[in-house]
Amino acid sequence: MTNDKLKIGDREFNSRLLIGTGKFGSHKIMRAAVDAAEAEIVTVALRRVDLRNPQDQILEHLDAKKILILPNTAGARDHIEAVRMARLAAAAGLPKWVKLEVTPEPRFLLPDPIETLKAAEILVKEGFKVLPYINADPILAKRLEEVGCVTVMPLGSPIGSNRGIKTLDNIRIIIDLVKIPVVVDAGLGKPSDAALAMEIGAAAVLINTAIATAGNPVEMARAFKLAVTAGRLAYLSRLPSEKFAAEASSPQSGIIHS
Amino acid sequence: MNFQTVGEPVRGLLEKAEFSLGDLPALVSPAAVEFLPQLVEIAKNKTLRQFGRTIKMYVPLYLSSFCENNCAYCNFNQQNSTARKRLTLDEARQEADLLYGFGFRHILLVAGEDRVLITLDYLSALIKKLKEKFSSVSIEVAPQSTQGYQQLAAAGLDGLTIYQETYDRQVYQSMHAKGRKNDFDYRLQTPERGGEANLREIGIGFLLGLADWRLEAISLAQHADFLIKRYWRSQLSISFPRIQKIEANFIPPYFVSDQDFIQLLVALRLVFPHVDLTLSTRESQNFRDQLIGIGITRMSAASSTVPGGYSNPQKFGGQFKVSDGRSADQVAAAISGTGYDPVFKDWESI
Repeated sequence: MTNDKLKIGDREFNSRLLIGTGKFGSHKIMRAAVDAAEAEIVTVALRRVDLRNPQDQILEHLDAKKILILPNTAGARDHIEAVRMARLAAAAGLPKWVKLEVTPEPRFLLPDPIETLKAAEILVKEGFKVLPYINADPILAKRLEEVGCVTVMPLGSPIGSNRGIKTLDNIRIIIDLVKIPVVVDAGLGKPSDAALAMEIGAAAVLINTAIATAGNPVEMARAFKLAVTAGRLAYLSRLPSEKFAAEASSPQSGIIHS
Repeated sequence: MNFQTVGEPVRGLLEKAEFSLGDLPALVSPAAVEFLPQLVEIAKNKTLRQFGRTIKMYVPLYLSSFCENNCAYCNFNQQNSTARKRLTLDEARQEADLLYGFGFRHILLVAGEDRVLITLDYLSALIKKLKEKFSSVSIEVAPQSTQGYQQLAAAGLDGLTIYQETYDRQVYQSMHAKGRKNDFDYRLQTPERGGEANLREIGIGFLLGLADWRLEAISLAQHADFLIKRYWRSQLSISFPRIQKIEANFIPPYFVSDQDFIQLLVALRLVFPHVDLTLSTRESQNFRDQLIGIGITRMSAASSTVPGGYSNPQKFGGQFKVSDGRSADQVAAAISGTGYDPVFKDWESI
């Protein structure tokens, strides 16, 4: 496991648990949860950051030396807004990485595939490392890989729903089809959901609501960290396939002669 | 509608995970009061899941207290002999600078129906200027045409707030006997014109106290559902201010208790888990603090309802009496004290 690094673009990470910073009751608790998760990639909504103010509260609480601050374009309704937001963030000195979110419908926050692809093409050409949030659509994932995105981030279920991985079959296909890392994002409500994503071969997961709105966000962050580690270890150890019929755990052929 | 017949459906509601528009009558019924503590818990959980431990902050900026309407309940009623004030563009900018200094990044421009000052050109110029600093600018002024909203959107307008005041046509006519506001349908269709202009946020609501709030809630919910489905790109917010005693000496025909208010809040949260529910400073400090976490997701603070009232604080000439007179910092501290994060910036001006 020690050499098992997550590679995204030109960077390597020890942690496979990405944390979103929305919905926490305070920046202090958010910071403590990020620490407990030992997360190395933390997403920050540009809509919440005061780009005109270098003393911005959210950014002040994150150590940019240890953590990749990944700005997201949450709230962008089309590719034009998303591209503008990414450019503003880069101009303000944030890393030229972007978690691309184009969510024109404000209630379920489902990603617009057409606008996401358009924005990704533009931003990749401008030198951004683009990590697009998508519905679990394998062909869209391939198209985004082709235009040069460094990951795809398919949703397990709608953002904040805590419903777990409802898109399991399509996520399996995406993992099978694409070469770039697949980060399962959105809807993972329990550590076991995160473990499942890792067991089936996701490169990483992103968690926000399930940690931020837990009774104890810091301990929940730790629980997710352990689940991600366990799931990854299980994947690397090649999970035995499931069988319907019982199979003895101590094979006795060779002992019993009939 | 006979509310007494819905007692049994209410009990069944407690088992539901998701609520639909059809559940609203039962949720606002007198029969539901018995289950209010449990319903509050469900509302808390739904709010937490969707919005997290956050309360978004905004502040109103009153531009004019001149008004050609005759709303019986409003202090800006043109028949009232209250002192009137209009802000020039420079004065409005000075007020906005003060609000920026308090920490606000979301600003709501409010005015009476004042066709002398509040023109599309005035609003466009002001919005353009304010968007240089503020993350979002919304308006709560007289209804405009679709083209008007498009022009304002091009200037940078993010949101539109327009309350129907009451969904009861008869009550509406009696409360707005004269003036352009007398046209119920033109006002009712205003959010649609904002939606046609693809505004980012649309706020609707009614005033508590003018008619039976339970019936109003059912109409409002129908309106909200229609807007959500048709203008699916716009974030809907709902507000339901209680009329306070005002200088115009208007006594609201219907009394709405704190418990009624909470029941309405909870019912709307359950049926519309994704919608912003907004609370103004009409409500008292104590009551506002109690509502954090239950379903409210947006609060104003430090409000003055007098044009120019931030530069020159004064008690008289406001649209309504502010019940929670705390500063922005004090309200933010109270929100933090309940374990919630007061969010002053929730959009990027792009």
